[in-house]
Amino acid sequence: MSLNREDVEKLCLLARLKITPEEMTDVASKLSDIVTLVNQLRTADTTEVVPMAHPLDIAQRLREDKVTESDRHEHYQQNASMVERDLYLVPKVIE
Amino acid sequence: MHEATIAQLAQELKSRKISSQELTKHFLERISRLDADLNAFITITQNDALAQAKAADARLASGEGTPLTGIPIAHKDIFCTKGVKTSCGSRMLDNFISPYDATVVARLKQAGAVMLGKTNMDEFAMGSSNETSFYGPAHNPWDRDTVPGGSSGGSAAAVAARMACGATGTDTGGSIRQPAAFSGVTGVKPTYGRVSRYGIVAFASSLDQAGTLTRTAEDAALMLQIMSGPDELDSTALPNLVPDFCKALKDPWENITIGVPDNFFDKDLDPNNAQLIRDALSVFEKLGATIKEIHLENIHLSVPVYYVVAPAEASSNLSRFDGIRYGYRAEGESGDLAEFYMRTRGEGFGAEVKRRILMGTYVLSAGYYDAYYLQAQKIRQLISQDFSRAFEDVDLIAGPTAPTPAFSIGQKINDPIQMYLNDIYTIGAPLAGLPALSTPCGLVNNLPVGLQLIGPHLSEERLLKAAHYFQQETDWHTLVPPGYFE
Amino acid sequence: MNWDVVIGLEIHTQLATKSKIFSGSSTQYGASPNSQASLVDLGYPGVLPVLNRDAVCMAIKFGLATGCQISPRSIFARKNYFYPDLPKGYQISQYELPIVYDGCLEIVLEDGELRTIGITRAHLEEDAGKSLHDDFRDHSGIDLNRAGTPLLEIVSEPDLRSATEAGIYMRAIHTLVCYLGISDGNMQEGSFRCDANVSIRSRGEKKLGTRTELKNLNSFRFVEKAIQVEIERQINVVEDGAEVVQETRLYDAGSNTTRTMRIKEEANDYRYFPDPDLLPVIIEDKLIEKLRSELPELPDAKRNRFISNYALSETVAEELTSTREIGDYFEEAVKSQPSVPPKQIAKLIQRELTEALKKNSLNIKKSKVPPEIIAVLASKIQDNSISSSAASAVFEELWRTDSSIGVSNVIEKLGLEQISNEGVINTMVDDIIAQNPEQAEQCRKGKDKVIGFLVGQVMKISRGKANPQQVIQTLKNKLRGE
Repeated sequence: MSLNREDVEKLCLLARLKITPEEMTDVASKLSDIVTLVNQLRTADTTEVVPMAHPLDIAQRLREDKVTESDRHEHYQQNASMVERDLYLVPKVIE
Repeated sequence: MHEATIAQLAQELKSRKISSQELTKHFLERISRLDADLNAFITITQNDALAQAKAADARLASGEGTPLTGIPIAHKDIFCTKGVKTSCGSRMLDNFISPYDATVVARLKQAGAVMLGKTNMDEFAMGSSNETSFYGPAHNPWDRDTVPGGSSGGSAAAVAARMACGATGTDTGGSIRQPAAFSGVTGVKPTYGRVSRYGIVAFASSLDQAGTLTRTAEDAALMLQIMSGPDELDSTALPNLVPDFCKALKDPWENITIGVPDNFFDKDLDPNNAQLIRDALSVFEKLGATIKEIHLENIHLSVPVYYVVAPAEASSNLSRFDGIRYGYRAEGESGDLAEFYMRTRGEGFGAEVKRRILMGTYVLSAGYYDAYYLQAQKIRQLISQDFSRAFEDVDLIAGPTAPTPAFSIGQKINDPIQMYLNDIYTIGAPLAGLPALSTPCGLVNNLPVGLQLIGPHLSEERLLKAAHYFQQETDWHTLVPPGYFE
Repeated sequence: MNWDVVIGLEIHTQLATKSKIFSGSSTQYGASPNSQASLVDLGYPGVLPVLNRDAVCMAIKFGLATGCQISPRSIFARKNYFYPDLPKGYQISQYELPIVYDGCLEIVLEDGELRTIGITRAHLEEDAGKSLHDDFRDHSGIDLNRAGTPLLEIVSEPDLRSATEAGIYMRAIHTLVCYLGISDGNMQEGSFRCDANVSIRSRGEKKLGTRTELKNLNSFRFVEKAIQVEIERQINVVEDGAEVVQETRLYDAGSNTTRTMRIKEEANDYRYFPDPDLLPVIIEDKLIEKLRSELPELPDAKRNRFISNYALSETVAEELTSTREIGDYFEEAVKSQPSVPPKQIAKLIQRELTEALKKNSLNIKKSKVPPEIIAVLASKIQDNSISSSAASAVFEELWRTDSSIGVSNVIEKLGLEQISNEGVINTMVDDIIAQNPEQAEQCRKGKDKVIGFLVGQVMKISRGKANPQQVIQTLKNKLRGE
């Protein structure tokens, strides 16, 4: 099983990851190796097996509906590289 | 001082024979002298450490405190630490100062433990050698040309080289146990949910679990006692109360049955390692344990299951790194939003992380979900059932932690498949959410080898006790890497 | 060719919790940017979601009110896509196993016909933040206060057959969630908005046509207008021999057109998978029964009860049950004057109160005329103390001034007591007959229409105070001997 350049480019767009042209060959070949590895799964008979999404078999705990957070945006925004008028800036969003 | 275990130091601190400030200075001095060659630390928090030591001494003087008060430890750089850089071994978070403490960090802080710094790790915990770190590889104190294991390689190397009394780690597919084995220390991964994940930069949420790297099982018990327990900030933290781990160690030995999976003694296992595991099993036999061969039907599929499940969850967990609210942001924006994301993430993540994100994206994408992700979840179920069935007959499962001793730096980094197969024995336990540990059981070519013990859910007491009794009968865990006595 | 229209709505209603669905941040509207965005809402590394109990309970209440199945076990999933207002790069939503599913809602069409609209499912999810596009040159500003606000997404079956029906259904859901108290339904603040899936097919065709999705319709009027123009656009496309393309479109109110949305959908592979940070939500029968016992009377039941208990017509009952508050107001008024026919009170509420509230943009809870007073006013019409046209003036005065001075005092102050004195009315009628001999003659010959004119003249000289019934009777008596 191998992934070609086009497959990888599609994944890169979905995952929003830039792969340089120099990296591309290596990425495609290593990903293909990994896909070959995981293709072993296809051989197993899993009819009627219930998928296991999580190791814990307990119910979700519920939180009381209470406001416990206060305004700390100034502190939190110290980690952001572009802030103006308390807003995080990003390249223009066009809808 | 660096020769003593946490348990011993706790006594001396309590009786005021030594002070935490002396102890902390001693360890800081060792770090500054030794770490240049080992690269076990990403950040050293000298001033904070000294301030915490001072506070610990005051607390000890007033007769209060816990067994960890004043004990210098290190945190894997995956744990968020308030006001301190939390890089996760990545360029993406090289500039990230966490505004909050992980639950584990907060609890250890509360108990009075002193934080020396943050340890090196594979980028976002993705790796088995510490070589994928943005900060360069950490080195194994036993042979600096070899890897300390990964992803908690910095923590393992720091404890092995006596630069910290103990350290935290996280284990997703073996990231505590394998570096513990490679570095000759004790590594414990508790039951999934035993320790809160709040504040641990997520890799694969259904597998990640925090644990310890220490010199002895007793020290692990002391740390886990503080770290474990329910947490209202983590829905997946177990509500179960935490038993007294240290008391369990002192309980008299019971004649348990230890299952040994025949599948673990396969062609991948180095014959020298295999011999040491057999020797270790005879130690347990001498203690009165019954050894029983078992078979885990689907365990051979654990590596492929893991390399579907873990990248799938990771691909989603790592989507939050976009340079907008924190972390690396690519320079010179073109104004195009998609391009902005792709460049920031393309430049911020290293090669292995990118591979896993792409792999995870692939197995979740339309047309592949059923064949890969869903199928992996089903086989995960089968693997988990195999363990449950085995634990109907045996109390613990024993086997090798890794197929070989530490390999050389650079040996496997360009062959992901070879790297992945290094986790072949450790991946099963996290897939089933089981607790497991690695304890030193000998040397091959002067490199440490680890014995792995796996227990049923919430059997930490039994596991720690077995490791503790093993450590009473053997002295592998007391060996110091040559050159690190002083 | 004739076309059938097929519409399904996805309504996003913001749940009225105090804190967010997965964090302890406030959901209060209108706070300064990012002041209500906690580490969880910001998608900081290492933080984890913990589910809000009230959000779960509100979803169950909706399910109970629409006859849905309540999932004993439901699952949260991640919907993965990149967008600056989505901090984690995924939205926590539900995909397989939504919290409630398979219910329905009855709606009343304009012609009074009842229609049952299927509700496929309603699931819990978190809202995204907001992108602000102005004033930042080549950048947009991101405010994450709204991120993590609990939403219930209510998905209908494709059972709606016109833009008008879609509007009626959306109003009915709005009424319902407000009744249940699970949403404030405030559309200006974005608490209630909707996406519409629209397709056409030739009449009688069974197979569904290609649908387009209209995003973010945030008023009843826009829903109807947007769907209407989209239907027209699709018909034009097909009649021109082209094909409708499956896509997401935005409605532009200014030009009253829809257009293709430019981004977000370019690679729409959301890669849903169960969120490993959240465990299955297990709902026990005990909780369901507790919530069922807390349900208020629902609009349908209330409407039917108003029709049978108060002898109201379908349309009047519909209006008086359009919100819980107006129904409560009406019933309080009825209770305070048991001898007045409820219809009389209903008429005053519809004609006077609703208008005054609308004019002043007030909620009925803030009404300046309390229910007891409007009931007294109705009793004055009933016992012929005032005419209904005079009642209008009295109401206005009560609204304008302090209504506690009493209805009788206001009537007196305005001098609007109805004239029922036979002698006075006789004199006025005689005057009018004398002044309008021609019309009087026509009336004598049996032209009924003219009576109305003459009554009007009498009312005019009495300044609206003459009892109209009595005036008619007197006119007929004098001109026709009836």
